[in-house]
Amino acid sequence: MLEFRAVRKLRDFVLDLALSVLPGETLVLIGENGAGKSTVLNLISGILTPDEGEITLGDRVLFSSEERINLHPENRNIGHLFQSYALFPHMTVAENVAFGLRCRKLPEPEIKRAVAEQLETINLSELADVNVGRLSGGQRQRVALARALVLDPDLLLLDEPLAAVDMRSQAAMRRELRERIRKTGIPCIVVTHSLRDAVELGDRLGLMEDGHLVAGGRPEEVLRMRENRFIASFVG
Amino acid sequence: MDSTPSRQGREVLRHAGRARLSRGFLTLFVAALLVLFLLFVTLPVVSLFLRISPEAFFRSLAEPVVIDALSLSLTTATASTAIVVLLGTPLALVNARHDYPGRALVDTLTDLPIVLPPAVAGIALLMAFGRRGVVGQYLNEFGISIAFTTAAVILAQVFVASPFYIRQARASFEAVDRHYEDAARTLGASPATVALRVTIPLAWGGLVSGAILSFARALGEFGATIMFAGNYQGRTRTMPLAIYTTMQGDMDAAISLAIILVVISFVVIAAVKVITRRNY
Repeated sequence: MLEFRAVRKLRDFVLDLALSVLPGETLVLIGENGAGKSTVLNLISGILTPDEGEITLGDRVLFSSEERINLHPENRNIGHLFQSYALFPHMTVAENVAFGLRCRKLPEPEIKRAVAEQLETINLSELADVNVGRLSGGQRQRVALARALVLDPDLLLLDEPLAAVDMRSQAAMRRELRERIRKTGIPCIVVTHSLRDAVELGDRLGLMEDGHLVAGGRPEEVLRMRENRFIASFVG
Repeated sequence: MDSTPSRQGREVLRHAGRARLSRGFLTLFVAALLVLFLLFVTLPVVSLFLRISPEAFFRSLAEPVVIDALSLSLTTATASTAIVVLLGTPLALVNARHDYPGRALVDTLTDLPIVLPPAVAGIALLMAFGRRGVVGQYLNEFGISIAFTTAAVILAQVFVASPFYIRQARASFEAVDRHYEDAARTLGASPATVALRVTIPLAWGGLVSGAILSFARALGEFGATIMFAGNYQGRTRTMPLAIYTTMQGDMDAAISLAIILVVISFVVIAAVKVITRRNY
């Protein structure tokens, strides 16, 4: 279970919120651009540091301003997918997936086996030795997800996971993504601008405004709050 | 509608004609300036090749003064480029990625040798590392003397050539999207691993072209070298110094050395162009 409570001063406002996500549960964060959604993900994965607060994942304390604990991102074991996927452009598909395993200094045969297995799961075995620059949006997303999941993360953070996938394949990719998240059984947070993502991926929905969580609950509950301007335009 | 051009219409047409004429003159003028400038740059270089026969050129290549200068230049410029890359890469990376008090000052200081006249660099190095220099006097007590040795040649080259690499390296590091580094961290890479496996490979083209420019600058270093290292054949007489020395007696040797430097310069420009064209 992820428990997150943090305060961090940003340029336009102070981000101040608490949230928790159960194992196997997916929380979807929605809100205007610049509401602080991606910042929450960065605070959890350790790319940014809260000014104060506490972040725990299972029985591990990732950050605590009181106890002066701040694990480096590389020691948090969190899968973080960036909006652009951030696949390393100087590497092949297989090298991208192997990156984290190499950092963990696993023996080479084991890395080879794990990478082959991941590529098989996402049906990209034949593209193993292709440079990632030649992949489509959907293929990139799959490789980014495989690169994170091959490390057996304790938490999955997805920032606009389908934004770079072309419209036609989005529905299929969304189903596939939901299956993969469900199978891992770990807590997951998805940031999205898409109503379909929110409804189909989320067990729970959180609405963010200026660094605060202003509403939360089951997707259908939150989406019923038409008096909120963002929800009204989000639902359309 | 009236199809014959009105008075006003004729005025406009005449005006357009004049504009076309004056634009034609302007084009001609700019073209003439361009040709003149290209001639001004290429004529001296071409003259080098016209003033020496191929036989004389190859004969000069066997002269000890030429061979010594060539090998000394290549070894010292390689050594100084290696030093600049080893020390300059971490500096450029830190300055590209981290803000700290005094960063602007560090940036200004690393750029300083670009605007400093080489003669000033030469005397400054002498005041620092000469036998009675600020640092040199202590080194001298340990029996170490730097001035007027090959080491002095390398120091002078490092001093004048380092900004060419560091500036380019910093710009290349800044051009690397931080998301790649962030992603690498979340995948388990330490900051050192991120630098070695992500940032440096992605900035590679810029780093190599910076190193080549720095090598070329080191190869051409004259003023600081002759003041700080002297002009001893085989020890401190690099190619530019050898050109200066031999042109007072053996013009063929001087021209041959100059031609070699011209060829190297061409190769450098071509190499930088090819390397920087390859982008991710």
